[in-house]
Amino acid sequence: MTALGILWFCLIFVLIAGYFVLDGFDLGAGVLSPFVAKNDRERAIVRRSIGPVWDGNEVWLLTAGGALFAAFAPAYATTFSGFYLAIMLVLMGLIVRAVSLEYRVHDPKWGRAWDVLFFVGSLLPALLTGVAVGNIYAGIPLDANGDYTGIPLLGLVTPFTLLCGLLGLSVFVTQGATWLSLKAPKGSDLRARAAALRLPLGVVSLVLFAAVSVWGHFLIQPEMAPELGILRWLFAILFVVAIVGMIVMAKKGDSADLAAFLCSSASAVVLVGLLAASMFPNLVVNTAGENITIATAASSDLSLAWMTGITCVGLPLVLIYHVVIYRTYRGRVTEQEAETY
Amino acid sequence: MEFLTDAGLLARIQFALTAMYHFIFVPMSIGLGMVVAIFETRYYRSGKPEDAAASRFWVKIFTATFALGVATGITMEFSFGTNWADYARFVGDIFGAPLAAEALLAFFLESVFLGVLLFGRAKVSKKFYLASAWLVWFGSCLSALWIIIANSWMQTPAGAELSADGTKAIMTDFFGAALNFSTLVRYSHTVVALLIMGSFIALAVGAWYLKKGRHTDFAMKTVRVATVCAIVTTCVMLVTAHSSAVTVAEEQPTKLAMMEGAYETESMPLYAFGWVDEETQQVITPFSIPGGTSFLATGDFSAEYQGLNDLAESGVYGDAFTAETVENLPVNAVFQSYHLMVAMFGLIAITTILALIFTYRGGRIKNMKWLQWLCIISPLFPFFAIQGGWFTAEVGRQPWVVYPAESSPAGVSLEVGDAYSQSVTGPEVALTIVLFVVVYLFLIIGWARIVAHQIKKGPEMSESEAQLMGFDASAAKAVAAAGAAGGAAAGAGAAGKDGE
Ligand code: HDD
Ligand code: HEM
Ligand code: HEM
Repeated sequence: MTALGILWFCLIFVLIAGYFVLDGFDLGAGVLSPFVAKNDRERAIVRRSIGPVWDGNEVWLLTAGGALFAAFAPAYATTFSGFYLAIMLVLMGLIVRAVSLEYRVHDPKWGRAWDVLFFVGSLLPALLTGVAVGNIYAGIPLDANGDYTGIPLLGLVTPFTLLCGLLGLSVFVTQGATWLSLKAPKGSDLRARAAALRLPLGVVSLVLFAAVSVWGHFLIQPEMAPELGILRWLFAILFVVAIVGMIVMAKKGDSADLAAFLCSSASAVVLVGLLAASMFPNLVVNTAGENITIATAASSDLSLAWMTGITCVGLPLVLIYHVVIYRTYRGRVTEQEAETY
Repeated sequence: MEFLTDAGLLARIQFALTAMYHFIFVPMSIGLGMVVAIFETRYYRSGKPEDAAASRFWVKIFTATFALGVATGITMEFSFGTNWADYARFVGDIFGAPLAAEALLAFFLESVFLGVLLFGRAKVSKKFYLASAWLVWFGSCLSALWIIIANSWMQTPAGAELSADGTKAIMTDFFGAALNFSTLVRYSHTVVALLIMGSFIALAVGAWYLKKGRHTDFAMKTVRVATVCAIVTTCVMLVTAHSSAVTVAEEQPTKLAMMEGAYETESMPLYAFGWVDEETQQVITPFSIPGGTSFLATGDFSAEYQGLNDLAESGVYGDAFTAETVENLPVNAVFQSYHLMVAMFGLIAITTILALIFTYRGGRIKNMKWLQWLCIISPLFPFFAIQGGWFTAEVGRQPWVVYPAESSPAGVSLEVGDAYSQSVTGPEVALTIVLFVVVYLFLIIGWARIVAHQIKKGPEMSESEAQLMGFDASAAKAVAAAGAAGGAAAGAGAAGKDGE
């Protein structure tokens, strides 16, 4: 296990955290849209609130996937082929969602169809991401080549992984609710409905989090790096603090919408941090043999060094782009904007 | 139903389908990206309402196309892990880096500034909007560079060695791998092809309005821009196409032999078209120029190239390429796709020259129905050339995924049969192929409806749109009136309703 290998382990989780935070809120908004947006105009506001940013958000996922391929190819190969049908469902979700978001405005005739696809396309990734994470943590059976030997798709759905999926979904949806509260026109029904969901969703997230932690820790008992125990405790406490903070801010009314959104974003970050601290140094846990670890999967140091260089150039640029776009579209969506874009 | 259990074959079919589908939208995105940026620049300079309407028109068509490019690209990125796991394990040390760089350096750039193009008219300054149009285009050309670096490496591996245990390729030289023997040639050939595509789409749209007698000013402007872009890119194409052929001749002898249907060693003739009879190993054709291909590649009519049989017997390719496997090679398919591309170049050149002449000679194209029709169907020519070109490059690489090219380090190659995911069964892939076909068909219909609607509506602004762009309502009416001047008032009527 080289220093560069460890650095890339961390970087991959940084990218995943970026994905959870950013695509988290737009997937969440998509899942919520049929429940909080009651008419075409409100649905247009939901779409408009994520319209300028969703693609950039999704690129965090592509970057995480690409980085996993580049830094730990065996882990990328094992998970993507092992979770084949699940990944394909996520993929179909992302595809129809991307297109429905762009096409809905131009195509009122197929409006219903695009609305449904937008919802389904948001739900599939939001739910299945957590299921996949549950599997790499709880472990899957692999042969000597690193190929998954369990039952396709159904073998991946256990009570524990399903619970992980629900936790992921609930964190994403909480993100979505805080985002919509922040972006919907001031005093609108849409804002009121989204804002009212924040408290119950926060509570659900806390309950699911407690269940997953207890189950994951005591019943699954994978070996976890003992020296990171403190870090795990820290992240777990921070998660609770962040969610409670979100709930407190949510009570304060619309002046604290940004604070509530930032709290729920923080909860997504520390959740990924907790995952990283629990996985280290494993990338995929194998229930039938050797785990895939940083040491066994890392690319050569030369390759990783080049990637580190590319990241040093690329990541600051990416952050600048994000600042630019979120500044450009800061503030609430107005009724008029939702009409003409 | 035996093929249902052939997971390897199904994975190839799925990759071919999804890649070729992705590459319907990529050429339009990159090609139209250029058109959008040019029209945006025009509007920035003039500030006139009709230029505003024109730029908005192209942005709408562009973004509808771009969305599908993005959506289908995700499939490709995932596919290396989902369907080609053993391939991913073999190439990860080298191949992953350009893919990650593509996302970090290019996709973020494209996607963020696309957000500005889509919703930013009223939010950002005109200068910033213009810069965003160019940045999106720049980003997409940059993303093409990284992915072609990855693809070129599998055609002509370099800067790598086989690991001690023989299971994977290890990077030894980053620049050697990135700028491998075929990267620059293939990048320039591909990008020029995409710009031809963009020019021809603009040409077709312009010609369609000329035929309808609507938006004549806009149409002539478009046709003028398009023909100039087309002639420049077509001339450059000759250079890059030639270098592509030379590169293949030098680096990938088995591909060259498949492209020309050459089973025996000889100086290679040049065919305009033909049919490879794989049984008798003959090319059936009405005429050919003896030694023509040899001349193009080397400047010498008598230069000999090895045929497939001799390549198989030479033993350099080991078990992968033997007298028995030669029979299974898809020689005719590669021959046809290659000659399709070359034939399309002929049509592209003819169309470009005719359109250019009659546009700049007093705008005579305005009254020439046949030429208008030719221009309207002309985007099909680069479309078929591009699909044919990729088919040639990728199927011609068989039976290897990572090709043992002439200049490549020893041992760094991988056969297709050793590349696909062992844990994914045939029926699973068959299922996802069906899923892709259904979803992709639905999406392309949705896309066609939207683009057709935009074209019918034309470069017009509704009043609210005009206000959004800082004009008063009368500007929108003036543009609409100009559009309908040639006759058909239908377009103007549609525009009024389209406020939403
Ligand atoms: C020569 C150019 C070229 C080639 C050969 C490919 N693509 Fe592509 N791709 C683009 C040029 C492009 C683009 C122009 O940059 C796109 C199309 C429209 C767009 O949004 O970006 C794109 C989009 C796009 C996206 C979505 C990006 C986003 O979310 O913004 C992904 C993940 C990929 N591609 C991945 C691939 C992979 C893995 C390929 C290999 C099989 C591939 N592309 C072939
Ligand atoms: C977008 C343009 C492209 C098209 C239209 C295209 C087309 C194809 C086709 C038709 C095949 C099937 C060949 C066969 O099995 O007989 C194939 C296979 C493949 N291509 Fe491409 N390709 C494209 C770009 C790329 C790029 C950029 C890469 C890599 C970066 C790539 C990697 C592969 C791989 C890994 C396979 C599967 C293995 C194989 O069958 O050889 N392709 N492609
Ligand atoms: C005289 C005409 C042409 C010749 C001799 C030619 C030659 C070639 C060759 C030899 C390849 C295979 C490269 C490889 O396998 O690495 C290729 C690929 C390709 N060609 Fe062409 N070409 C011509 C015209 C065109 C035109 C007009 C277009 C599109 C407008 C086009 C688009 C492509 C594309 C997209 C590829 C695949 C990417 C690549 O491998 O570079 N070609 N061409």
